[in-house]
Amino acid sequence: MEPVLKIKNIEKYYGNKSSLTKALDNISFEVKKGEFVAIMGASGSGKTTLLNCISTIDKVTSGNIIIGDLDITKLKGNNLNKFRREELGFIFQDFSLLDTLTAYENIALALSIQNIKAKEIHERVTKVAKDLDIESILKKYPYQMSGGQKGRVASARAIITNPSLILADEPTGALDSKSAKMLLERFEYLNDELCATILMVTHDAFTASYASRVIFIKDGKIFSEIHRGNDNRKVFFDKIIDVVTLLGGDLNDAL
Amino acid sequence: MMLFKLSLKNIKRSIKDYAIYFFTLVLGVAIFYVFNAIDSQTVMLDITSSTYEIIKLMTNILSGVSVFVSFILGFLIIYASRFLIKRRNKEFGIYLTLGMGKRKISSILLLETLFIGLISLFIGLGLGIILSQLMSMLVANMFDADMTRFTFIFSSSACFKTLFYFGIIYIFVMIFNTYNISRCKLIDLLQASKKSEQIKLKNPLLCTIIFLISCCILGYAYYLVTGGIYKLTNFNFIFIPIALGCISTFFLFWSLSGLILRIVMSIKSFYYKGLNSFILREFSSRINTTVFSITIICLMLFVTICVLSSSLSLKHSVMASIDELAPADIMLSSKIDPSNKETVAEILSNLDFDTNKYFKESVNINFYRTPNLTLEDTLKSNIESIKKDYPFLIYSSEENIIKLSEYNKIATLYGNDTYKLNADEYLIIADFESLVKTRNSALKNNPILTIFNHDLKPKYSECQPGFVELSSNHINSGLIIVPDQIVDESYLKENFLIGNYLANNKEERKKIEEKITSLTKHPDFSKYQIDGTSKLSIIEASTGLGALVTFIGIYLGIIFLISSAAILALKELSESSDNKNRFKILRSLGTDEKIINKALFNEIAIFFITPLLLAIIHAIFGIKFCTFILESFGTNGLLPSIIMTTIFLIIIYGGYFLITYFSSKNIIKERI
Repeated sequence: MEPVLKIKNIEKYYGNKSSLTKALDNISFEVKKGEFVAIMGASGSGKTTLLNCISTIDKVTSGNIIIGDLDITKLKGNNLNKFRREELGFIFQDFSLLDTLTAYENIALALSIQNIKAKEIHERVTKVAKDLDIESILKKYPYQMSGGQKGRVASARAIITNPSLILADEPTGALDSKSAKMLLERFEYLNDELCATILMVTHDAFTASYASRVIFIKDGKIFSEIHRGNDNRKVFFDKIIDVVTLLGGDLNDAL
Repeated sequence: MMLFKLSLKNIKRSIKDYAIYFFTLVLGVAIFYVFNAIDSQTVMLDITSSTYEIIKLMTNILSGVSVFVSFILGFLIIYASRFLIKRRNKEFGIYLTLGMGKRKISSILLLETLFIGLISLFIGLGLGIILSQLMSMLVANMFDADMTRFTFIFSSSACFKTLFYFGIIYIFVMIFNTYNISRCKLIDLLQASKKSEQIKLKNPLLCTIIFLISCCILGYAYYLVTGGIYKLTNFNFIFIPIALGCISTFFLFWSLSGLILRIVMSIKSFYYKGLNSFILREFSSRINTTVFSITIICLMLFVTICVLSSSLSLKHSVMASIDELAPADIMLSSKIDPSNKETVAEILSNLDFDTNKYFKESVNINFYRTPNLTLEDTLKSNIESIKKDYPFLIYSSEENIIKLSEYNKIATLYGNDTYKLNADEYLIIADFESLVKTRNSALKNNPILTIFNHDLKPKYSECQPGFVELSSNHINSGLIIVPDQIVDESYLKENFLIGNYLANNKEERKKIEEKITSLTKHPDFSKYQIDGTSKLSIIEASTGLGALVTFIGIYLGIIFLISSAAILALKELSESSDNKNRFKILRSLGTDEKIINKALFNEIAIFFITPLLLAIIHAIFGIKFCTFILESFGTNGLLPSIIMTTIFLIIIYGGYFLITYFSSKNIIKERI
């Protein structure tokens, strides 16, 4: 499998010369097509900065981020927006649904800003709604939905554009454990059946255990990396907990 | 000292939020000053003492209106400051959690209000002083006065008045803010932004039905004030179309958003194009939550447009009609009764006034009246239905009878049509619209009138146009013209002398007129019952009246315009925090900055234009109604005044629109 995302020696500094903070310190890794990667770390470890840089919301100080065969650190202005709407899908912690639009319209919006015809939009929304089992709530507004439903609508919006990469920022952060489980099973489905590439940032070991690979970040550096391989989820979860324990005091709050 | 610093920093930081507040204050102060400084602007004008009296009256009325205006502005400013406080709830919440007392927060607000108040007063007064120099040109134009010299005028009385009124308004704002802060709870302040909006789509069928019904009601109201206006016999009936208009406006807005949304949603290729779905949803939720205020704004705009365009055209049409209705320089009249038998000409010579020396030409005309010919007698043939339609006419008043030869002489002098009559015929001349109709309804039956024991039949079955007395309006309610030979001289009741001065220019005319006015000082003057009206005095009175109405109209119109635009702007901005989040989401979905700005622009534009559009439609019929009411003035001046109104609208309404757009753009740009 060819890599979808290549990160080469990226660094991100905050502040000025007198007080420099290294949020990201020489990080490199690759994500292959169809992979489901989780990035774990304590607060302040740099995981959100990493996600912001990949999602082009923030800029790196040095290094390259290559998605597909495009170096996004070199993109500017409208090209950046174009790249973002065509190549990336987002799922935020609060799901960021527009409260004035119905579920259907929220999902459709991702396509309509790409100037796709209404007929095609309808076909694609219907299909993705079936995949994510949200056909019954398409006419509802966000305030009428449960957290889990919102999560699935947000996932639908993220995947409908067929992005190269789906970025999820603490997707289970606002959910109770049951809804979280359901949402993560959908992620697995998207990953397995639709071959979606997912990069997820979390500090929750349970959430991370659904991924096929977990990358641990500490103080802006990659601390370690474990693959799920053929383990079942329970075994993988225990392995993650082992690493978390190994990380020690600093990452205790990661639990 | 810390409070002082904090409040200064707060202003600096939230200067974008204050833009609307500040703009409103500056405009309010400037306009308040301009209209209260009018009397000082007239010093440089060359005006007669009677015009000066009118200006004094106008100043008094304007200062009365100013009290009303200050109430409107006061409410507006309080409304605006409430918006500002709301926007900063979280900030105040943080102060409170840090242990700052409510009293201290109040003092921060107090200081902020004071700073903003002082700065806006200062700038507003500056703007007002500049604008009032322009105003003097308008004043000169209104009163047909020549600007003798141009001097820069500063009215200290208007300045103090502005300071005083706005001082009181600011004190009220401070009290209101303090009260507001002392009442609020910490939990509400901190969670102010966490309200979840309920969006209910109204039943489309219900919307359509209500929309159609309100359209019909509105159409009926429009019909009542235009086509069906003749049914409005009683003045109180005018409240029916007004009430219908208000109610249907409300329900139109109530149903409009749902309807438009439904219609556009069914056009899928448009709805799912770019951000259209987002814009429409935003717009409909905005309208849904503000139906009431949007109705008020629409009605205020409607009043503004009507008042501005009719009042501006008033003065123009007044001047046009005077040339037609006062075609001679002077008209003197003398009441004839047993104690006073002299005609005007005799009186003038008794008062040592040589008519040949001062008058180029003159015509003598007599009015005869007899108790045997009253209004009731002339209308006899249709009196039943007339009395039902017009219960307020004085039917016992005696009709004025004129000899044909005398009327023809005066008509020749005026340049009006002359008439011929057979020995057994009469005719009626009138130009007062409603009485012309009444008389025509009786004349249709060809009624025979018995005048001085002669039976006369009407020559025409309709009133003929014409008049004898000089005036500024069509007020000739009817003169009966009869053949000379039948008139009984013993019924002579009034004698008129109408003439043109022997003068070539305005100066000479004025001199002759002063000479005539000075006759009142003649020792024998009190012996006679002589009265007079001159073209100059009519012009002065009419232009004075026109100017009075115009100034009050412009004053109130602008204040209404400011109020409605400011409320719209504040409504839009108070949604900005929600907006901020929504636009952040759009951005993260990869929407281009240009498209986001366009969406914001369209959203605000639609929000501003919707009430304006309906107000303009209302105003088309409203102006029609106004011109009907003022129909005696004519409507020639309507176009320039509509252009003027448009300019006012574009500057003030457009100004608010742009400020709202740029402020909103700034707000959604902020990254959280």
